[in-house]
Amino acid sequence: MRRYPAAFLLLLATISAVSALRADDWKSLQEDEIHDPDNPALEVMQNPAAALSVLAPDTAGNKVDWSAALHEGQIAPRSGLKNDELPEILELDIVMKNTLSAPFVTFQHRSHTEWMACENCHEELFVSTTDANPISMQAILNGQYCGVCHGAVSFPLTECDRCHNVRPDYQRVAPSGAKQSDDP
Amino acid sequence: MSRNPRLRIVATLMLLAIPAAIAWSEYADVVMNTRAEAEGVAPVIFPHWFHRIRFQCSVCHVELGFKMQVGSNGFDMDQISDGEFCGACHNGEIAWTVENCDLCHSGKLGLETGIEGSHKTGGPGIY
Repeated sequence: MRRYPAAFLLLLATISAVSALRADDWKSLQEDEIHDPDNPALEVMQNPAAALSVLAPDTAGNKVDWSAALHEGQIAPRSGLKNDELPEILELDIVMKNTLSAPFVTFQHRSHTEWMACENCHEELFVSTTDANPISMQAILNGQYCGVCHGAVSFPLTECDRCHNVRPDYQRVAPSGAKQSDDP
Repeated sequence: MSRNPRLRIVATLMLLAIPAAIAWSEYADVVMNTRAEAEGVAPVIFPHWFHRIRFQCSVCHVELGFKMQVGSNGFDMDQISDGEFCGACHNGEIAWTVENCDLCHSGKLGLETGIEGSHKTGGPGIY
């Protein structure tokens, strides 16, 4: 490092800048550009970082792996206001093969029923008959089908291989660095 | 770019830092301003992240009847005070009451009704 002191200092400065920005994954309410920073109520409201930085990490969306947070007992969201019965979990994977050159899609009912009731999706968003829904990425990107939630609340549409996760030879697509997630 | 490998590493690290520096509001925050500002109050910011820690999706989107389309619910403060929509919890029993106007009506003036997501996702995860 003696031969390149400037480069070494620059490297240190960059690393510290990057780590400072990583801590910036969640903007404070005062700085998020949608809350009015002059609103005195912001002082008593929880900032995203306070709640989300302690949950299972992810790389996209809220930067939280919500399914892992649920499975690891970090959160225990109530399933109802009137009666708090446990949700009805459905163990049924649907493999969608009409995906052109992309890997097949495995839709897991399990990870979705951990958060939602059947009526959330059926029969308004999806007909309960295999291959009866004309799903396309175009429609999804326009906020239909999976796009009602994915890209708005649940993990965003940039995470292709979380859904397109099975090759035609039925080998699971290896997660490319990022953790494979069941987050609906 | 320089042939010096150390400088290349430094330059690469600096380039990597750029996307992280772009600011976004929290993913899935909902802005409600269909009638708020027209009626003299600030737009509402609804934080999905805060609520999904405490409730499953189906509580609001089935039991309380919130349609999963921003701007399509069309409820007003009278309905909330009567215990519908947000008022099912924000009644002083499950959560704080509707008298705390500023806690919900906390948005900047001029915001459009919508959800913070889509092209504002912060980009792909780290691959």
